[in-house]
Amino acid sequence: MSILPYIGIAVTLIIVILLARPMGSYIARAFDYTPGRLDRWFGPLEKGIYRVGGVRQENQTWKQYAAAVLISNTVLLLVVYMIFRLQDKLPLNPAGIGAMSPDLAFNTAVSFMTNTNLQHYSGESGLSLFSQMTAIVFMMFVSPATGIAVAIAFIRGLAGKPLGNFFVDLTRAVTRILLPLACVAAIILIGLGVPQTLQTGVTAQTLQGAQQQIATGPMGTFLAIKELGNNGGGFMGANSAHPFENPGGISNMLQIMLMMLVPVSLPFTYGKMVGNNKQGRVLFVSMMMMFIVILSVSLVSEHQGNPLIQQAGIQQGTGSMEGKEVRIGVEQSSFYSVVTTASETGAVNTMHDTLTPIAGMVAIGNMMLNTVFGGSGVGVLNVLMYAIIAVFLSGLMVGRTPEFLGRKIEGREMKLIAVTLLIQPLLILAPTAIALMAYPDTISNPGYHGLTQVLYEFTSSAANNGSGFEGLGDNTIFWNVSTGVVMFIARYFSMITLLAVAGSLLMKKPVPETSGTLRTDQPLFGLVFVVAVVIVGALTFFPALVLGPIAEQLTL
Amino acid sequence: MKNVWITLRTSAILFVLCCVLYQLAITGIAKVAMPHQAAGSLVYNSNHDVIGSELIGQSFTDPHYFQGRVSSIEYNANGSGSPNYAPSNPDLSKRIEESVAAWQKQNPDVPVSSLPVDLVTNSGSGLDPDITPQAAAAQIPRISQLTGLKADQLQSLVQENTTSAQLGIFGEPAVNVLKLNLAVQQLRAQS
Repeated sequence: MSILPYIGIAVTLIIVILLARPMGSYIARAFDYTPGRLDRWFGPLEKGIYRVGGVRQENQTWKQYAAAVLISNTVLLLVVYMIFRLQDKLPLNPAGIGAMSPDLAFNTAVSFMTNTNLQHYSGESGLSLFSQMTAIVFMMFVSPATGIAVAIAFIRGLAGKPLGNFFVDLTRAVTRILLPLACVAAIILIGLGVPQTLQTGVTAQTLQGAQQQIATGPMGTFLAIKELGNNGGGFMGANSAHPFENPGGISNMLQIMLMMLVPVSLPFTYGKMVGNNKQGRVLFVSMMMMFIVILSVSLVSEHQGNPLIQQAGIQQGTGSMEGKEVRIGVEQSSFYSVVTTASETGAVNTMHDTLTPIAGMVAIGNMMLNTVFGGSGVGVLNVLMYAIIAVFLSGLMVGRTPEFLGRKIEGREMKLIAVTLLIQPLLILAPTAIALMAYPDTISNPGYHGLTQVLYEFTSSAANNGSGFEGLGDNTIFWNVSTGVVMFIARYFSMITLLAVAGSLLMKKPVPETSGTLRTDQPLFGLVFVVAVVIVGALTFFPALVLGPIAEQLTL
Repeated sequence: MKNVWITLRTSAILFVLCCVLYQLAITGIAKVAMPHQAAGSLVYNSNHDVIGSELIGQSFTDPHYFQGRVSSIEYNANGSGSPNYAPSNPDLSKRIEESVAAWQKQNPDVPVSSLPVDLVTNSGSGLDPDITPQAAAAQIPRISQLTGLKADQLQSLVQENTTSAQLGIFGEPAVNVLKLNLAVQQLRAQS
């Protein structure tokens, strides 16, 4: 066992931790409506966009904001659905790829609009160059921008300010955060070996004298926004395990940093926007500690490898290598699998179906929690929801009306949050049960692992993650429609309920802080927050995990 | 209805920014500044014909060559992927037994205990261009016997084509199978 890959992991995490705070305050400034220095840079371009778009820069109520989110996303969903259905007739289709079936086009359109990027097709054979460069890349910018906008509106509500304007926030998320960073990241990634060409393939005459068709494409620009926007959908079927989509150790590290950047920064954005940096730091530290514990479990499991391979007399000095790439190695693959599920990105550099059972369970567990750190924007929304739950639980224990940031948390808010909490297990467990009964033939791996495959697919859909246990035969009408519906409800239900919570808090009179107020910027609150996440989030799914990955591990 | 109209108009201009300008400008920059990477890190022979990509593995079934990892798609780079065998899947154990049997047949002098795990496992992409240095070393006795090249000559070729982890800590040491076999081919042509 070499210590070097672990140093690589530590260095990556330290860089991410150092970037989180400055990036968090940058995001806060980017969405500040009072004129500032950033307006000089981005103002002219944005004014042009508002003029062409007909956007009036006025504050919206929570209902108007939610309506703008829903309507805009639905309109775009219909447009990209049409592109997928008509891609055989549209230009830029050198490989002659056919139209998508209605159910697959529905699934793919919902998947990319909801920032999930679950893929029931393979990039090389399922999408034309036009679809990749327009529908997919456009969704990869707009869907994380939508998530960030809603999170910012929610935080404004907590801070007692008007929620803002959705179209202004969406534009700013693109012009001030996603687009500039994607440009820089794309150029670095291309320098590291990611192709960037409008040719979709080359033919090579191999050393053994055979013909090898090599698929290429404009992958550098695609990859940058795929990771930065917590999208995760691969240009190629094998995603970031493909040597073009992840040529080496540095590109792997860079992708991990891009996936974590926005989610780890948003707690600091929250702190800054509510005028108390400590509020954000408490949440960040609590989550980072949970992350490191989760990562360690995965690393230990992967390093031990597969006992069945050991029995065949093969030495597994390097750990479990099935489904992994040599240049990346076991440790960096395990790290990537934890980061991609923690940040709800869904990009993979190793096939998650082949992970050792406990590492697979860690991946599912991350998506079930959906808070450490969660996706672009929606992550911090969930985190703040758990923070309110933690405040509520503490309030119950001491017998006072709970307060959060100087506003009383009462029946209406808690009802909305309770429904939001309950919808997630319903969206995961109910369809899992149906699929296990009705479609066991789509499962590719026998035994306990088969149950995990189905559970993983719906968990990934409900968390808007998008990775999969890809052995599952999921391009069927049942899987396309059921996961499409789950992705849609999971994405927009919590956005609407939480915007309603923000709208409701905004109406309340602030109460002065007294000596009896629970301080939410202290380490003790961090502990209560962690306990709330573990009890409410993890225990819900424990029985399902026992039947799947834990049973598989025990019987290996 | 107003929202629909604003969405369409705002999207049109964001589309120009995010899809047209972003992708075309960077494609242009890449073509000028990094033509080798942008085209897919292609490898050419002396006649300027493409013989492969540094980053994409090729199928080497001929025992005279160093062989790469198991690939269920037989290194067809027009696709990618793996069979997604779970650790508990009996098909995985069966496939590994077959790989071990094939190894013993081709390499009777090298015991199974020195057969590295990367040679009997399917990579994630099915296109892994690399093997571990141990996997290359384990194949030296066979290739030496079949080609008549000396083991220490082959050993130094393997060393020349081994890259260590990037910056020492990111990734793992790896031997590029295509580059190694090109070097072997060259050496055979000389001798």
